[in-house]
Amino acid sequence: MAHYAHPESLASTEWVAGHSQDPNVRVVEVDVDTHAYNEGHVPHAIAWAWNTQLSDTLRRDILSREQFEALMGASGITPETTLVIYGDNNNWFAAWAFWQAKIYGHRDVRLMNGGRKKWLAEGRELSTSMPEVKLTSYTAQEPDLSLRAFLPQVQEASSLHTAAMVDVRSPAEFTGEILAPPGLPETCQRGGHIPGARSIPWGKACNDDGTFKSVEELRALYSGEGVDGSRPVIAYCRIGERSSHTWFVLKYLLGYDKVTNYDGSWTEWGNLVGAPIERGAASAANG
Amino acid sequence: MKAEDYQERELELAGWPVKLASYRLGAEWYAHADNVSPGATLARRKGETREAAEQAALERAEELLRHTHRRAV
Repeated sequence: MAHYAHPESLASTEWVAGHSQDPNVRVVEVDVDTHAYNEGHVPHAIAWAWNTQLSDTLRRDILSREQFEALMGASGITPETTLVIYGDNNNWFAAWAFWQAKIYGHRDVRLMNGGRKKWLAEGRELSTSMPEVKLTSYTAQEPDLSLRAFLPQVQEASSLHTAAMVDVRSPAEFTGEILAPPGLPETCQRGGHIPGARSIPWGKACNDDGTFKSVEELRALYSGEGVDGSRPVIAYCRIGERSSHTWFVLKYLLGYDKVTNYDGSWTEWGNLVGAPIERGAASAANG
Repeated sequence: MKAEDYQERELELAGWPVKLASYRLGAEWYAHADNVSPGATLARRKGETREAAEQAALERAEELLRHTHRRAV
């Protein structure tokens, strides 16, 4: 069996159980459902709320460098800390946090493979106590924007086919049958997808227990849609968190070099005046 | 404290597939219902029994799912 391109970017539940008290390790839970942490969490883990602590809610943006530094400092993290992130929904927003940590140059970031679901299913210890945090002063790197796609790059990729675009939403969102995942608020005016995008739902990268599939399975999944690392890839979803999960898979598990997360995603493109869209199934792959 | 008697099952609510997970933490039962595709939690509830927690989570999930409309494409 082949190995992931960057196995050091994953931590097993077993490893976390043995290291959550390590002073050089900070375990952070980031959930879609921000109440999950309060039920019980990995002992000594802290929590970040994606919608308030990992987003600039005034600018509709990721954290600024200063905001990121403040969050890390308040979390007792230094640039040398091993940061292990996990969460619900197979690490959706944990991957979003991982992506931002990499944008700001944190060296050792890992996702706990299987996330909260695997921890619970394995019957591992849970705590409802908040750990004491010793504040630090954290200096981040300049943002690495090669990890992030903005609208002009996506427009160019769509019209000139300069990158493979991966729509990681559900098939019904991709076709335009629904405007948002079932049960969630409809946050755009139109249904469909960016012209030229391939539909590869994020969840196909995961096993039933929440862990990531093998390299062989992942390679087959993406190369079957023409995404083989031979050209740049842009991943998108609705608001950028599911696509950060796919970004992680392509960049850290398969080792593709030029992978960006378009966090503007469908809530930007789908609401944009004059932007072309496609509805229904994907057209033939562009190769 | 550990999650005990963890169970998952799939069912249909308001025409949508839903995954329901439930487990016991200490003296209380917890349940959460998510939409299978993509897997976002719709409702998280607790109760004195598994059935009570599951029922409460399903009621809230169904309420939310009723607002999702399918469009012709």
